[in-house]
Amino acid sequence: MKRRKVDLAQAPVTFAKGVDERFQASTPLRAVLNKVFPDHWSFLLGEIALFSFIVLLLTGVFLTLFFDPTMKEVAYDGAYPALRGTEMSGAYASTLDLSFEVRGGLFMRQMHHWAALLFMAAIVVHMARIFFTGAFRKPRETNWAIGIVLFLLGFLAGFSGYSLPDDGLSGTGLRIASAIMLSLPVIGTWLSASIFGGEFPGHLIIGRFYILHVLLIPGGLLALISIHVGLVFKQKHTQWPGPMRTNTNVVGERMFPRYAMKQGGFFMSVFGVVALMAGLFQINPIWLFGPYKASEVSAASQPDWYVMFMDGLVRLMPAWQLYIFDYSIPPLFWPAVVGLGALTTVPMFYPWIEARRLKDKQVHNLLQRPRDNPERVGIGAMAFTFFIVATLSGGNDVIADKFHISLNAMTWAGRIGLLILPPLAYFISVRICLGLQQHDREVLAHGVETGIIRRLPNGQFVEVHQPLGPVDDHGHPLPLEYGGWVVPKKMNRVGALAPAIKGFFFPVEKPAEAPVSPALPPVSAKEEREEITSGR
Amino acid sequence: MTITHDEPTEAGRKPVDVNDPRLTRFEIVKEGLRREEIEIITYESQFQGHNSKAEKRVVRNIALLFLISGAGALAFLVFYIAWPWRYELGRSASDYYTAILGLTLAVALFGLGFAILAWAKKLLPHEVLIQQRHDGAPPSDDQLITGQTMAFVADELSVQRRPLLKGAIGLGLAPLGLVAAAPLVGGLIQNPHKGDEPMMFRTGFNPVTNGGKLVRLTREDGTPIRPEDVSTGGQMTVFPGIPHGATNEYADSPTLLIHLRSDDAEETRRNADADPRNKGSMWGDSVAYSKICTHAGCPASLYEQQTNRLLCPCHQSQFMITRNAQPIFGPASRRLPMLPLDVDEDGFFVAKSDYKDTVGPDFWERP
Repeated sequence: MKRRKVDLAQAPVTFAKGVDERFQASTPLRAVLNKVFPDHWSFLLGEIALFSFIVLLLTGVFLTLFFDPTMKEVAYDGAYPALRGTEMSGAYASTLDLSFEVRGGLFMRQMHHWAALLFMAAIVVHMARIFFTGAFRKPRETNWAIGIVLFLLGFLAGFSGYSLPDDGLSGTGLRIASAIMLSLPVIGTWLSASIFGGEFPGHLIIGRFYILHVLLIPGGLLALISIHVGLVFKQKHTQWPGPMRTNTNVVGERMFPRYAMKQGGFFMSVFGVVALMAGLFQINPIWLFGPYKASEVSAASQPDWYVMFMDGLVRLMPAWQLYIFDYSIPPLFWPAVVGLGALTTVPMFYPWIEARRLKDKQVHNLLQRPRDNPERVGIGAMAFTFFIVATLSGGNDVIADKFHISLNAMTWAGRIGLLILPPLAYFISVRICLGLQQHDREVLAHGVETGIIRRLPNGQFVEVHQPLGPVDDHGHPLPLEYGGWVVPKKMNRVGALAPAIKGFFFPVEKPAEAPVSPALPPVSAKEEREEITSGR
Repeated sequence: MTITHDEPTEAGRKPVDVNDPRLTRFEIVKEGLRREEIEIITYESQFQGHNSKAEKRVVRNIALLFLISGAGALAFLVFYIAWPWRYELGRSASDYYTAILGLTLAVALFGLGFAILAWAKKLLPHEVLIQQRHDGAPPSDDQLITGQTMAFVADELSVQRRPLLKGAIGLGLAPLGLVAAAPLVGGLIQNPHKGDEPMMFRTGFNPVTNGGKLVRLTREDGTPIRPEDVSTGGQMTVFPGIPHGATNEYADSPTLLIHLRSDDAEETRRNADADPRNKGSMWGDSVAYSKICTHAGCPASLYEQQTNRLLCPCHQSQFMITRNAQPIFGPASRRLPMLPLDVDEDGFFVAKSDYKDTVGPDFWERP
């Protein structure tokens, strides 16, 4: 029998054809390969959160191989001499073993913790980008709401995670969590007893938090992140205004190869930052805290940074106890339950509130510069000032200690600051936005200041302005429409200065083109540039 | 993505026959872009000419980055295997194990990351494309058709017309929904008020835990305490003298035993005796308060001897020892309960009874 010749060059084509005949993949695949993504550095902030989450999943799986979520008491007999013979829970002992007796275990643990901190930080910064540029507007309201839920889930994931080692610090956090549950009217004691399986701390809570931390919350995060990213994909990314960019198109580059490669390179860089921090900066050295004991706590017991705002609010709350007949609502209830609830749910509705206030039913695919919506910036500044004051107050004992300030003065400063500073931030940021707007309009109307002072025949001095567009017969610039994007305000930005020549030690070929703002037509040629006129 | 050959296209973007053998690969790609309603604005090499000096330089740099990445990864593996990693007391080479892992892994990852980024940003052709969106399009027939189809499905079921079904569904499904919730709620729920002396409302100092006998105050190691063991102005954390009394099993029981100076003690006694619950709870110059903060349950462990204040390090509530441990600053709204003290026939401190106020964080139905 004669063997048939296999055409190797044709093999991939045959294979691809076979696949497509079965799964009809070629049309959607082409759409994905060719999908156009707009580009701006601020669009990558959310990616940091996504990449940190992947690092969290990878390192987290490693940790589960060694961690033992039991509260059974054991006498420690491991590598860390200072705690040998101490009675502790199995969870704490296995975390110590993970840190000292697993090769590279401490590195993995620190990577997991740093990635978690980075995850939450990236979420907050990304959220600020979305908020201040108006990216949450129709049709993206749902994704904004999902983002807020992701923050809350991340918060719970973080809290349940750092409670697991059952060390002195995390046990104190659990104790406060139980107090917060107790503070709920009517159901408080029932809730706490049910969750802890009796009186605090009981023998169940670490196991319950463990399943919450490794299965339920990550499952929710994974599902919601998939929807979040899927919606970005389906609705196509927003873009900044600029030449050719309209509300009905996307200007950018194809997903493959350039965009995908940039994502991959960025992922590796984020991973690298996490690895560097995990290697060089100690985080949560649980062996210094000892096992949890209800009778022991040290000063400067701070939670992770994203929980500190709640701790701060709890510290600042005045001792107002509410009595309803024979029943009482302790002061803890207001900041910890009502406060956290409001701070994580009210922002969720902001897109609809704003649309309603502005009677805005349009689809918005173009971003707004923050200055173009001063009220929104004011509200955002107010929210962040509140958050920052609360967060700083979460560490007010450390600040008081390091700067030799009275602790009570710090508390009072926080109480007053929490009320006074947000409105102040609102006022200041609105004024800044209006000022920036006005300056943009001014430059559009009169041109860029050249720094050249000319003396008129009558002795008056005027500064010469470079118009950004055409001029009338007298050399006065014709008014230009504001395009929603950067207005050049320096002569360098319109090409007055020769662009820098590339090359580290010696120039590499021809100099690059002058940088131009995308809102403008390309830089005018040299001859025209010399036509400098007086602005007024 | 349903654009086909036959649909009208914009001027200058005529469909091409992709089976035409004269087409270059780029022309076929362009046809694919056209079908996604993508227009190429610019697509140009970042370099002048093929294989230019600048291009070679960029390629060399990217290759170098890949090699650095490989070197970092190899270094990671070598150190991971060869460097001493077991913890040793005092200064040792193992102290640097985690730092070395972090540095080498970071070099490997940064090398790879920057190599890919440089490739994408410096080597690939510069491109600007425009793709049309469709979310702003006016409502199409599809919205109407889908809406009507859904309404038609409802018509087909016509629950509205059949009230019997409506009721039956409600009565039939609601209990089933409860069945889904029952095991979760039923399994987890615990009655905090169970029994005559519910666990949640008593501490280890309740004689119930000691077979009806009064409970001694002990140190963490279980040894009882004589009044003279605490020096004047000194304080000591004490636990109920029962099995496991100093463990987290009795997380509400840690107590602060303070031996006050005589003038402070006098003031404290005067205030305590004025209070119906704290009356007669002191013994000599000694007073014992619950260490569990009434705010959020942290141990209020910072005792300021000169001002007789007790500070909770978690949320900075401050309690005045001489005035029945009333809160004087911070978020706590309730005083620390006082443990009634006595000394038994052997000369050791005992608790006369359990705390008379509820210990620990406040809650709704606190007696």
